[in-house]
Amino acid sequence: MHAKSKRSGRSSASTLLDPAILVPAIGGSIAKLSPRQMIRNPVMFCVEVVAALTTLLVLRDAVTGAGVSGFAVQIVVWLWFTLIFANFAEAVAEGRGKAQAASLRKTRTETSAKKLENGTVRMVPATDLKPGDLVLVEAGDIIPSDGEVVEGVASVNEAAITGESAPVIRESGGDRSAVTGGTQVLSDQIKVRITAAPGSTFLDRMISLVEGAQRQKTPNEIALNILLAGLTIVFVIAVATIPSFAAYAGGSVGVLVLVALFVTLIPTTIGALLSAIGIAGMDRLVRFNVLAMSGRAVEAAGDVDTLLLDKTGTITLGNRQAAEFLPVAGVGEEELADAAQLASLADETPEGRSIVVLAKEEYGIRARRMEEMHASFVPFTAQTRISGIDTDGTVIRKGAVDAVLAHAGGSQRVAVAGGRGVTTLHPAAGPAEREILAIAERVAKAGGTPLAVARDGRLLGIIHLKDIVKGGIRERFAALRQMGIRTVMITGDNPMTAAAIAAEAGVDDFLAQATPEAKLQLIRDEQAKGKLVAMCGDGTNDAPALAQADVGVAMNTGTVAAREAGNMVDLDSDPTKLIEIVEIGKQLLMTRGALTTFSIANDVAKYFAIIPAMFLAFYPQLQALNVMGLHSPESAILSAIIFNALIIVALIPLALRGVRYRAVGAASLLRRNLLIYGLGGLVVPFAGIKAIDLIVTAAGLV
Amino acid sequence: MTVNGWIQILVFLALVVAMTRPLGGFMTRVFTGERTLLSPILGPVERALYRLAGVDDRTEQHWVTYAVSMLLFSAAGMLLLYALQRLQAVLPLNPQDMAAVPADLAFNTAASFTTNTNWQNYGGETTMGHLVQMAGLTFHNYVSAATGIALAVALVRGFARSSARTVGNFWVDLTRATLYVLLPLCIVCALFLVWQGVPQTLAGAVDATTLEGAKQTISLGPVASQEAIKMLGTNGGGFFNANSAHPFENPNALTNLVEMLCIFALGAGLTNLFGRMVGDERQGWAILAAMGLLFVAGVAVAYWAEAQGNPAFAAFGIDGSAGNMEGKETRFGIAATALFATVTTAASCGAVNAMHDSFMPLGGMVPMINMMLGEIIVGGVGAGLYGMLLFAIVALFVAGLMVGRTPEYLGKKLEAKEVKMTMLAILCLPLMMLGFTAVAVVLDTGTASMANAGPHGFSEALYAYVSGAANNGSAFGGLTGNTPWYNVTLAVAMLVGRFLVIVPMMAIAGSLASKARAPVSAGTFPTHDGLFVGLLVGVILIVGGLTFFPALALGPVVEHLAMTAGTLF
Repeated sequence: MHAKSKRSGRSSASTLLDPAILVPAIGGSIAKLSPRQMIRNPVMFCVEVVAALTTLLVLRDAVTGAGVSGFAVQIVVWLWFTLIFANFAEAVAEGRGKAQAASLRKTRTETSAKKLENGTVRMVPATDLKPGDLVLVEAGDIIPSDGEVVEGVASVNEAAITGESAPVIRESGGDRSAVTGGTQVLSDQIKVRITAAPGSTFLDRMISLVEGAQRQKTPNEIALNILLAGLTIVFVIAVATIPSFAAYAGGSVGVLVLVALFVTLIPTTIGALLSAIGIAGMDRLVRFNVLAMSGRAVEAAGDVDTLLLDKTGTITLGNRQAAEFLPVAGVGEEELADAAQLASLADETPEGRSIVVLAKEEYGIRARRMEEMHASFVPFTAQTRISGIDTDGTVIRKGAVDAVLAHAGGSQRVAVAGGRGVTTLHPAAGPAEREILAIAERVAKAGGTPLAVARDGRLLGIIHLKDIVKGGIRERFAALRQMGIRTVMITGDNPMTAAAIAAEAGVDDFLAQATPEAKLQLIRDEQAKGKLVAMCGDGTNDAPALAQADVGVAMNTGTVAAREAGNMVDLDSDPTKLIEIVEIGKQLLMTRGALTTFSIANDVAKYFAIIPAMFLAFYPQLQALNVMGLHSPESAILSAIIFNALIIVALIPLALRGVRYRAVGAASLLRRNLLIYGLGGLVVPFAGIKAIDLIVTAAGLV
Repeated sequence: MTVNGWIQILVFLALVVAMTRPLGGFMTRVFTGERTLLSPILGPVERALYRLAGVDDRTEQHWVTYAVSMLLFSAAGMLLLYALQRLQAVLPLNPQDMAAVPADLAFNTAASFTTNTNWQNYGGETTMGHLVQMAGLTFHNYVSAATGIALAVALVRGFARSSARTVGNFWVDLTRATLYVLLPLCIVCALFLVWQGVPQTLAGAVDATTLEGAKQTISLGPVASQEAIKMLGTNGGGFFNANSAHPFENPNALTNLVEMLCIFALGAGLTNLFGRMVGDERQGWAILAAMGLLFVAGVAVAYWAEAQGNPAFAAFGIDGSAGNMEGKETRFGIAATALFATVTTAASCGAVNAMHDSFMPLGGMVPMINMMLGEIIVGGVGAGLYGMLLFAIVALFVAGLMVGRTPEYLGKKLEAKEVKMTMLAILCLPLMMLGFTAVAVVLDTGTASMANAGPHGFSEALYAYVSGAANNGSAFGGLTGNTPWYNVTLAVAMLVGRFLVIVPMMAIAGSLASKARAPVSAGTFPTHDGLFVGLLVGVILIVGGLTFFPALALGPVVEHLAMTAGTLF
């Protein structure tokens, strides 16, 4: 969330009024009148065609001296305004991305690379690097292109792309091996194998994404465009048949009036704002520090039915904390706490510190002076899985239960069988061992992690390390459930532990002892049921699942494989953001739907404004349909077309900001939105056209 | 308007709702191949028919095969009817020695009956011999209706199935619709009509001497059997030119009620079949509720307009309180006539028990609007349901996004292909209705056929094309349709209005069937409640109806306004 405040600190409203965006947007909206650009938008292209035709007609009348009425000129002017307003909406939406792209470009300075060839370093321009090349990057160097660390470890400043100034660690092997071109190595040196071809680096893609340069229409946008084009053809039929109907009635209808009716009837409002809505949706994600590789992914995010969430870091705080001391029979709690604290004094991990704190808070045991104790510390290693302290002949050890058992009783008395953490005892095991195991199992059932403590080979008891479920996460899952989204917690824990945490966090389901294969299978199963699945991941072994998921959010800290497989990249590497990504997707779709509904509902009032005006000359009775009491046929037609143009401008802020999303379930969302945009769409133009008619009449424009 | 009139309307509505579930349940069993009460008798017949035709009833068809089968079948049927009419003079069963039907009229009639329109540019009793009536017209009355039902069932399967390649077998659906649904119901209905006094004979005509001593020829024929399928199959082509206003077709108030019920019976039942097949009957009720809302509004306007009568009568000192009885049968009265007119145009029946031309302008506008919307209010058997489902697709596409998901209906994603096909289907109606009217009203040959001037004449031409393209077949009256211009253009309107809607609709059925069905969740757009019904009605009125606003303004609306100002046409 901190990233959000960092980048989107400026409210969208103030961005909208930012002259740095508005001024170029005005120019942009004129430039976009080029038919080659307009043809991408069938509705507005139709408006351009009729605007050009009427302009020619008016010019012809002016040249031939047939006389041009002020009314005709005003209609033509407003037709062009309609187009310019539409382009303006798109230009403003793009402008926000362009500003960001410009700042990204600054970071993509011409860098040179230290290319490694047969052990020697050769300076080459970064643009000459091909995938597979090896480069050396030392402290202070800019990483020349995207790649994977193959040797070494370094701290890297990735502010250029994430906006986060605190350095991050990148190292070879494991899940922190990807580096991004344009970021800077602060300390140490690394060897990087280049993975991106020139021009298609992450930074390049990011720039073109935020600029909207390669913006492809999303599937839903294409379908909506078809609907709008279909409606436009329906109205072509409705309008094109009018002259003949009028001729039968012994009258005639001018081309300008027909054009005015046509342009007001076709769905110009949504036609004008459609692409702005799409760009703004992507932009919202970018400001949220998430890069969607395609608009399709953003749409899919709105449709997600199942969220796969990693337990650690998403549902629980990354670190477990000591919650209680559970001694075996014959050992006091204080004795256990004392030993545990001693063993943890040098343990700088958050878990270790939490043990020290718990012992102090619960039993008043203060930290002791190390030098008096002639203590030497035994650090934790992945092989021994225990750590501890040796003082004056006393040996204290704490660690994984089976490892401590092995340490305390000798390995011959402990056998580790089957899956992870399942410990069975040798038949010769004593009562203390049995008790330790029983306590450990109890702790695991409660969702905790047991740490065993032994002093001088004697088992003292268990420290209960607890996963701390993040505050407020339960409410968020409840909100997701309201939205109809199922949450599945993914964890490497055993089923008992997983079930306890799942219950505490309020997720709908969990996948325990998750392997990458199990994760992939879960996604496939959900998809076979017709569901859309979202997940996030960072490791190379997450890549197949990320690729399979409908929305795969790769962490920016992750491996190259993961970043390639996902269709979104989270620059902040915060897996919790999956939830917000879904909300942004929904917001985009809702905005599109709301404005489509509004646009179509508007037609009722426009008919009532123009139809009586159109036929009044030969059927004066139709004055009865002039329910708005508009002043004259000319003022009615002009007011309708002015309203049609101005409503585009009026709705630009909404299109860019998006309709507010609330997790209240589809039924109540629909009720609310239908009321505002459906009913509002019916009523607003009646009032708007009437008001404009009053102004037009008062100003003597017709 | 009277309390009695409203009670008649309410009784009718209650009976329709009461019939919906039993008929829907029965048809569901028929089309899912389950055993029904009739299976012991009809099963052997059905299997014999398949053996005879070489149809394997267990093999299902891809939507393309299904559609092509339907098109070939319709084309063959149309050709047969054309040939029968052209050759009737030399064929048997023609006791009145009717002459061959002229080419343009035969084309119009063939198109009309193949498309379930039953627009009649001829007088039945004076043009068609018994062979044409039975083997040609009545045959089409059955199979065009059965085709409609089959197509609707195919579309419903598209919604109901998940990741399927096929949508059913056209030949099986056609056979079952005819054999299990239409035939038994028609037999019951025909027997009822015979009991009520409707003739059923193969004799030609009876000559009678009137009290004044004049000689009168009274036409007879197999009326009851044709009447039954005319209503149940929403065909509407009457045995007599006067259609259901003729006492031999519709003798009394009871037959009038039963005939109206027959028109709606299968269309309403199909909404329930839809609900059952997609696994949630409420979905069917929601569709029927949207239809009901539009229907009640239509009846209310028509009844109100007809009950008002013509204000111009007051100037002559005539009591107008009885309402507008011009062109109506006294045995039915205003309410039952307004109701019949709304029913017959809401469904694509087209049978009439009064002359719509003689309605008040706004009363006559209701049938027109019903047809302009595409006859989706219960609608033609099958056609009504698939027309309504196309509008549901549009409604969900427009507003479905507002719940923050890409549009879906019953768990099926609505994507570019569905939208494209839906728009194609929806486009052809205004194109035919408005396009042909626009040409006809400025051509001398078009205006020469009109019986009235001004907006009323305009309404006559508009009504004809609206009725044709919507496959309704009712006539406004007043327009002389049997001219080469109207015969040919109306036939084109009918063919386009039927088949250019069906083919895209089948493409949608195929596309939907192939999609996986997403499970319902709290985030799914609810399509079974009042909100959806309201939305659907709104979209139908705005998208389907507003297109015709200019034409309606220049026809019935201006006529009404002129009438209140004292000008008649």
